[in-house]
Amino acid sequence: MTLPSSSSARAQTASTPDLLICEHCDTVYRRRTLVRGDVARCVRCHAVLERHQRIGLNAMLALVATVAVVFVQANVWPIITLGFNGEQIHARLWGIILMMWQEHSQVVAVLAAATLFFFPLCRMLALGWLLTYARRGRRAPGFRPLMVMLYYIRPWTMSEVFVLGVLVSIVKAQLYFDVKPDAGAFAYAALALLITVFSGIDIRQLWDKIPEQAT
Amino acid sequence: MSTSLPRAHELGLIGCHVCGLVCRDTNIEHAACPRCGGALHRRKPNSCARTWALLIAAFILYIPANVLPIMRTVSLGDVDDNTILSGVVELWVKGSPDLAVIVFTASIVVPMMKFLVLGTLLMSVHRGTNWARTQRAKLYRLVEFIGYWSMLDVFVVSLLTALVQFGFFSAVEPLPGVVYFGLTVVLTMLASMSFDPRLIWDCKDEDD
Repeated sequence: MTLPSSSSARAQTASTPDLLICEHCDTVYRRRTLVRGDVARCVRCHAVLERHQRIGLNAMLALVATVAVVFVQANVWPIITLGFNGEQIHARLWGIILMMWQEHSQVVAVLAAATLFFFPLCRMLALGWLLTYARRGRRAPGFRPLMVMLYYIRPWTMSEVFVLGVLVSIVKAQLYFDVKPDAGAFAYAALALLITVFSGIDIRQLWDKIPEQAT
Repeated sequence: MSTSLPRAHELGLIGCHVCGLVCRDTNIEHAACPRCGGALHRRKPNSCARTWALLIAAFILYIPANVLPIMRTVSLGDVDDNTILSGVVELWVKGSPDLAVIVFTASIVVPMMKFLVLGTLLMSVHRGTNWARTQRAKLYRLVEFIGYWSMLDVFVVSLLTALVQFGFFSAVEPLPGVVYFGLTVVLTMLASMSFDPRLIWDCKDEDD
């Protein structure tokens, strides 16, 4: 394996962009162009190295815009409605978070606020910002810190789990009360689907697609 | 398994954890990735010690999470405290067994599996064994993938609390168990993140 010569002035850490290292076992591969439907897997540990990214930057931005619309709906509309003696109680995401705070479960309130509201919101806004510039082939201001932030908050968005939680809560509450899923629940279901589509997209490609000079 | 596959440390390379860039290993103490500025290291620092610490802390919190009730249901003066397990049983008996299976998997099977799998991985790494490396690597990826679904019960308690509140007629209140459980999930997630799966492949590179 021949490596590009490191004669550059950057003696500290000369980088080699045409190589690929498996994150799970440290095996080095030469990057190959993938065609539609291709998934490159590590020969040693069978982890996914790279997938063909068939969604372009424009489509990704459109997807982020869709997520934004659905996210607003999921937060504004009530998720579950409970009818009791002609009275109706609506549960909204922020109502749930504030209620947990008041009921002496501040830890849970903070966890729910972070994983269901702030982290998804940050991810969405950061991606929207980066992609607006990226589709014009430019690095957005704050590209580097935002990309690093996206990497760190990625495992901590839990909207999909919340959808299952809504389902279980409805079934549990239905044992005693008259409960119905509300518009917000469907918005959350749509959000979970969109997040699943997103999980196949490797955001790291932006590092390679938009070179640094073009700031 | 072929030993001809070159590994990064043999070639003097380091892959950046954050952005994936392949960098030259310069043996400098605090090397940073030229692209994203993240710290470069051959393996996650103190991976085993950190994972053990987080895993043990998570296990300690998992005991009150299961023993203490997570939710109080008050209905016409009738007070009923539910633990995670009794919630599953209630769902099985009164409502839908299929959902009971899902909740049981998310709240009991997944955390237990994380303790067992991460514990096994850590011990096998300590012993430096070559045993079932591909399967162990797969187990690790599975644990990482399913980890956060354990939050299910925490969200259910939160939703029910917000939904059912009519003073003394009927109300649902969260109890301390749910806080311990939430913390257990966070700690097990941190534990699986701090484990470095490359350690599985680091022991002497003979064929299986």
